[in-house]
Amino acid sequence: MTTPILEVRNISKNFGHVRALQDVSCKVKAGEVTAVLGDNGAGKSTFIKTLSGVHPPDSGEFLVDGEPTRFSSPRAALQRGIATVYQDLALAPLMPIWRNFFLGSEPTQSGFLTPHKSKDIVVDELGKMGIQIRDPEQAVGTLSGGERQCVAIARAVYFGARVLILDEPTAALGVRQSGVVLKYIIQARERGLGVIFITHNPNHAYPVSDHFVLLQRGRTIGDYSKAQITIADLAQQMSGGAELEALQHELHSIGR
Amino acid sequence: MTMTQNLNTANETPPEKDKALAGLAHAAAPAGADDRLVQVGRIRRIFMSPEFGSAAAAIIVFIGFSVIAPPFASQAGIGNFLDPAATLGIMAVAVALLMIGGEFDLSTGVMTGSTGLVTALVTTQLNTNVWFGILASLVFAVAIGLLNGILVHKTKLPSFIITLGTMFMLWGLNYAVTTNMTHQVTVSGVSSYTGFDSAKALFGSSVGGFQVSLIWWIVLTAVGVVLLTRTKIGNWIAAVGGNAVGALAVGVPVAKVRVGLFVGTATAAWLVGQLTVIRYASATVTTGIGAEFNFIIAAVIGGCLLTGGAGSALGASIGALIFGMVQQGMPLAGFPSELFKFFLGAILLIAVFINLYLKKKSQAVGS
Repeated sequence: MTTPILEVRNISKNFGHVRALQDVSCKVKAGEVTAVLGDNGAGKSTFIKTLSGVHPPDSGEFLVDGEPTRFSSPRAALQRGIATVYQDLALAPLMPIWRNFFLGSEPTQSGFLTPHKSKDIVVDELGKMGIQIRDPEQAVGTLSGGERQCVAIARAVYFGARVLILDEPTAALGVRQSGVVLKYIIQARERGLGVIFITHNPNHAYPVSDHFVLLQRGRTIGDYSKAQITIADLAQQMSGGAELEALQHELHSIGR
Repeated sequence: MTMTQNLNTANETPPEKDKALAGLAHAAAPAGADDRLVQVGRIRRIFMSPEFGSAAAAIIVFIGFSVIAPPFASQAGIGNFLDPAATLGIMAVAVALLMIGGEFDLSTGVMTGSTGLVTALVTTQLNTNVWFGILASLVFAVAIGLLNGILVHKTKLPSFIITLGTMFMLWGLNYAVTTNMTHQVTVSGVSSYTGFDSAKALFGSSVGGFQVSLIWWIVLTAVGVVLLTRTKIGNWIAAVGGNAVGALAVGVPVAKVRVGLFVGTATAAWLVGQLTVIRYASATVTTGIGAEFNFIIAAVIGGCLLTGGAGSALGASIGALIFGMVQQGMPLAGFPSELFKFFLGAILLIAVFINLYLKKKSQAVGS
């Protein structure tokens, strides 16, 4: 059995009197996708920030390659290959794709940028993710939401990410664009990356993930491998099981 | 690589996944080639670039004035419009970089006066070498640039307000300090101090009606273009103007870029101040007042967006050229010189509309 690249055991995080996370556990191995599912307010954002080094946990174990680790900043996490792709993506919309791709880590030759080489790398890297870009000189703003998400993911992969933490990558996207992003999550997995896919949508999580961690009000309410759960059970559990049935019943009676 | 290929390589996938993935593949398949995307070819991109638009406008303006007033196209006529265009262009390049970085500097106009005054006052009052005065005003300019930049970055207030404040402070100091020291509004006699001749060669000479400022303008435009398009600093400037939070997240030193850009505009104002004070061997308290808007107008004519994130150093220079041609061409063509301001405003509005149109075009398919 291989050691997970990133594993957290029973981590908790409090903000004043608010228990944002309580005893949450999660792990991801190379070539696996772990979905973290939860409704709004379940603690997903705090969980991402804890994993990515923004707020270290108050208690619990945080292991990278099996060693106890404490990240002081997102940069420290990045140096260990743990990259977080946030919803706002950190892209400048009016700048060309290739300039965005290398932003902050531009390769230079005697002090100058190398546009030809850089553009070739971008076309190649995006190609590996299955995106054929027409022109790396195109402004990022001309790409669709899904494609922009993929540029941000490809950038993280190129700069040495081993684990990708994706913050609701499909939340703002339509059906087809979500499909594009889900496809790249699979591509990343096939390339041997570990992916932590944070979402509130079981229909997006189920097809691409190997493990499922369900969060509710800052606690883990379920931890399943794919063989242990069906998509219907996943949706049921996530939305609070009995509560949802009661709600459906109520809606049904209003409908009449 | 299609989804079906993925499935073939992943043998351990349970059946439910296959089914779900098949649905997913169906959803994702057509996205690789989105036929609604307009193909932006190389030629089209050049045609839609800010440099192309302003260069085309410059050619039209030049031909127009040459036809109406033939002396406009003579050697003397060309020297005449290149003279104001050069100092304006030097400023426009620095202001364009700042605007691409998402900020404004309203103190630049008055700064061209202040730096000239500092050079003249230090030289004449302390009875020193002219070069000492030039160096002192450079230190002064860098200090003001640092002050503007640090205040804007630290307070997160609009740079418009911060530099409006420094502009008025400098304006007041220009008058107060000069009249207090010399009891006049003009500091003259700089030419009788040592070092003036070498300074004159560098900042105030001319050949055949063409000023040395032209060379400074061309060199600075080239530096601006290379900096913006061929260095990582140029990448950072556009990113800070386009998405400062995102830029910071990927490791761009946002504070240094911002402060550096304000030092850049202040230093450009210093250069223009020297070009003026050495050429005329005197400095006047009214120099540069109101000129900050001319620099912004030139940068906008050259394709700078008021919202930051995009623009061109070469375009800003061409904007300055258009400005110079209209300024000198209007009286030659027999228009009342007061109308110059009207045309300037009209050109500015047209440029803003074109820039907005191009920006929308470049983001047509967004989200």
